[in-house]
Amino acid sequence: MHAKPKLSRMPCRRWWIACALALLPLFAEADDAQPTPDTLTWTVPFGVGGGTDVWARFMSHWMAQSLPQHPAIVIDNVPGGGSITGTNLFYTRAQPNGEAMLVTSASTQFPAMLKDPRVRFDYAKWTPIIAAPTGGVVYVQPRFGQETGEILDNLREEPTKFAMQTPTGLEMPVMLAFDMLGLAVEPVFGMRSRGEGRLAFERGEAGVDFQTTSAYFSSVTPLVESGQAVPLFSLGVMNEEGVIVRDPAFPDLPTFSELYLAQPGASRDDVAYEVFHKFFASGYALQKLLLVPKQVDAKLLAGYRAGAKALTTNEDFLAAARRQVGPYEPVVGEVAARQLASAMELSDARRQWVVDWLKDRYGVRVVTR
Amino acid sequence: MMEALVASLGEVFSASHLVYMGLGVMIGLLVGIIPGLGGIAGMALLLPFLYGMEPGLALGMLMGMVAVIPTGDTFTSVLMGIPGSSASQATVMDGFPLAKKGQAARALASAFLSSLCGGVIGAIVLTGFILVARPLVLAFSSAELFVLTLLGLAMVAVLSGDSLFKGMAACGLGLLAGAIGTAPATGEFRLNLGVEYLFDGIPLIVVGLAIFALPEIVDLLIRRGSIAREQTSLGHGWRQGIRDVVDNRGLVAKCAGMGSLIGTIPGLAGSVVDWLTYAFASKTAKGEKHFGQGDIRGVIAPESANNACACGAMVPTLLFGVPGSGTAAIFLGGLLLLGLEPGVSMITTHLDLTYTIIWSLALANILGAALCLMLARPVAQLTRIPFVLLAPVITTLILFAAFQATRSLGDWYTLIAVGAIGLLFKQAGWSRPAFLIGFVLAPGAETYFYQSVQFHGMAAFLRPGVIIILTLIALAFAFPLIKRLLQRRQQPLAVGADVNRQTADIPVPTFGKIDLVLVVGLLALAAGAWYDVSGMSMIGGIFPMLAIAIMGTGALLAGAQAWKGQASWVSQPIGQPLVWLGGLLALVVVASLLGFISTAFLMTLGFIRFVARARWSTAALIAIGIGAFLLGMQALLNLHYPTGWLDATLF
Repeated sequence: MHAKPKLSRMPCRRWWIACALALLPLFAEADDAQPTPDTLTWTVPFGVGGGTDVWARFMSHWMAQSLPQHPAIVIDNVPGGGSITGTNLFYTRAQPNGEAMLVTSASTQFPAMLKDPRVRFDYAKWTPIIAAPTGGVVYVQPRFGQETGEILDNLREEPTKFAMQTPTGLEMPVMLAFDMLGLAVEPVFGMRSRGEGRLAFERGEAGVDFQTTSAYFSSVTPLVESGQAVPLFSLGVMNEEGVIVRDPAFPDLPTFSELYLAQPGASRDDVAYEVFHKFFASGYALQKLLLVPKQVDAKLLAGYRAGAKALTTNEDFLAAARRQVGPYEPVVGEVAARQLASAMELSDARRQWVVDWLKDRYGVRVVTR
Repeated sequence: MMEALVASLGEVFSASHLVYMGLGVMIGLLVGIIPGLGGIAGMALLLPFLYGMEPGLALGMLMGMVAVIPTGDTFTSVLMGIPGSSASQATVMDGFPLAKKGQAARALASAFLSSLCGGVIGAIVLTGFILVARPLVLAFSSAELFVLTLLGLAMVAVLSGDSLFKGMAACGLGLLAGAIGTAPATGEFRLNLGVEYLFDGIPLIVVGLAIFALPEIVDLLIRRGSIAREQTSLGHGWRQGIRDVVDNRGLVAKCAGMGSLIGTIPGLAGSVVDWLTYAFASKTAKGEKHFGQGDIRGVIAPESANNACACGAMVPTLLFGVPGSGTAAIFLGGLLLLGLEPGVSMITTHLDLTYTIIWSLALANILGAALCLMLARPVAQLTRIPFVLLAPVITTLILFAAFQATRSLGDWYTLIAVGAIGLLFKQAGWSRPAFLIGFVLAPGAETYFYQSVQFHGMAAFLRPGVIIILTLIALAFAFPLIKRLLQRRQQPLAVGADVNRQTADIPVPTFGKIDLVLVVGLLALAAGAWYDVSGMSMIGGIFPMLAIAIMGTGALLAGAQAWKGQASWVSQPIGQPLVWLGGLLALVVVASLLGFISTAFLMTLGFIRFVARARWSTAALIAIGIGAFLLGMQALLNLHYPTGWLDATLF
């Protein structure tokens, strides 16, 4: 009860700060020469309230606290074109003055790797400050069985559906995984969110489904407990050497990589596995990224990265992050930069392999530049 | 359940909760009244404060805002014919004609009271329904959703006025416009003419503004005078509006019930419910009907439904984390930021929180509607001001609203292009709602059809739910026929009189030069669009082809009717409207060169001084007001306008 007066005063102050902040950009231009801006503008190329927007707002709160100057962070949502529109705009407009930052996600990374004709941006011109990994789990209807081997055999025999958003979206590596395991899973496109896909599973329309970790815990665990779903495999997580290992959130669940490599004749050097690995790295190991233009002042960048680094040892942040994205360590600084660079470089031959695979296997035509 | 209910009621009525909710209501009304903003802008205002707030209070603030957005947008729908958001499109149909008759206060009072009742009824229905809703939501597969979009499309027959063929062509054009962008089944791009703006499809808000608001503005400018043609006592109108709702309490209850139940179906809710209830009201209304020309029941029905629908949309949002409407999607983001995960726990461990949400919705509805009711009478005065004084303000508002859709100049040029279609449709009496319904339902119809066939094959159409809904559609169409048959049998003597009245009732189709232009234009468009999609894969191109077929057939039949002399030739003036539209196009070009703020300022100043012939002081006052509004919005909501060279140097 005694906390009430404090609570009611706080927002009042916040309002004033917000009003002041809103006016700040009008006066801020003169401060360009100063090393650390008072206001950071984060361009979020997604709509208000989406997954990436929520992550950006969550991170902006913690980053503002972690940076010594406690800058105000303004979120600028520029949705459209599945995040391509806003990212293009950032690419052409953002000044490397340390004020402008960009938040992207798997749906920004994949079109860039596939050279979507609408993409005009280039990840090589940006460098990450912090990245949030996520994992994910594939689960099936209980009629396919309870044991991994049994389920896989049944899925090879009995054709079933998987509800997806777009052929080249977040679920593409999952669809590739099904194909690499030889499962008779057919995609149905046009879901507007992963949640709609889960709804199709709960209605029994889809036999298999996939959710990222946080959504799995909140929405699928109750289904598993009541016997309406059986987890099959996780996508795993990437360790510092770039090898996919078991997901700490699902230590008892085999990863896709384990299942695939256990097949006779399968190896890590298979083209399909390499393609999977690339898209897994850019779409899951570095799912959400906070980026700045590379030409940003080196000291400024070092300051931002130090702020991000400090977060990785901040227990309060880690506890809050566990609730938001699952038990994954954020990747910061040079490590993130190295991983991103290696993930984003997809050779022309590999890209053509993806295009051919989508065309031959599913009849989907992907246009590339 | 009772424990949770009581606990949450205690929470809802606590002082701090009420204060935060009041704050949310204020913000919701503000962004609701300004067209083009709606829930997304309101959420952008609130979100920075949400993180770290106590969930109960934060929810109150969120709910306050979410609840009143479909209330506030009624002002512009009724007074200016601008549909503020997709939830109030049907309100324009009769609300604006009422304003033109000088009955704006009546329409507003009715609308707000219906909103209030709708919201409360929705909350009551929801309180019990949410506990049992899970299996029902799961029963709606893609097949049922597809049949529901068909039900929505069937409304075109009700709404297309005196010519079914023209309505069909208009609906086909809407379907085709809605198919622009990406094929949901394959991700292929189609019908975009290589213009990057069209890759995402046309935004709904731009189409709504273009098809309804622009033609009305042009019409009013030509006619001169004020919006209200007849002067009636506003106070009397206000009381009349209240009485109208009391007289139509059955309609309010039915539409609110329909709204809250349809709202629970994810993926469809907001966009069809107002048209569905509007069509329901116009079909079942007794006595004299003036739907489309200012029938108060045409306002009451959609307004009682849309607030109830906002309540219903909470069901899939809370139970499945799948938002039932655009606003609910934003609300979901707020929930996640508060650390609340939607799911089954919302009706088990967090039931008190769920009831806090539902009852905050009800209370915010009451608060918001009561505020609006008080505002209704003074704001209705606007309809008595000479329209030339209002025109620059409304034009600026429309351009402002359209540009918020994607913040690209494409929004403005699309506005003018679709506005031209709207103008031709209005002048020639083609059904504009038919176009809009086609546009709104196109993505749903295509996606759900493809998905239901993929999931179930042909068995999709034998599912019990599908058959039930199809039977309902058939009954809805057959019911008036059966009733007429029964009446005839009961009163065999009156048959002659009945037939006479009927032939007098059926309007003779008309045809004029605009019709000719439209028919030829649509056929040419059909050929061009067919060529564009002919290279696509089967499942990517089949839907636009279907739309082309509907449009082409409708246009051909309308043309054939005139050819055979079944339609009476009428003169359809078009010169003056096109001149005004050209003026608007010039304005948009200037605004993209000079910058929006300076252009809006200069245009207002010049227009009010030289066209409206007001004093310089009046012109300056209004122009400064517009400038201040645009600058204020830019600062408050972090908005962007086109900055030409003048704005770039000034602001």
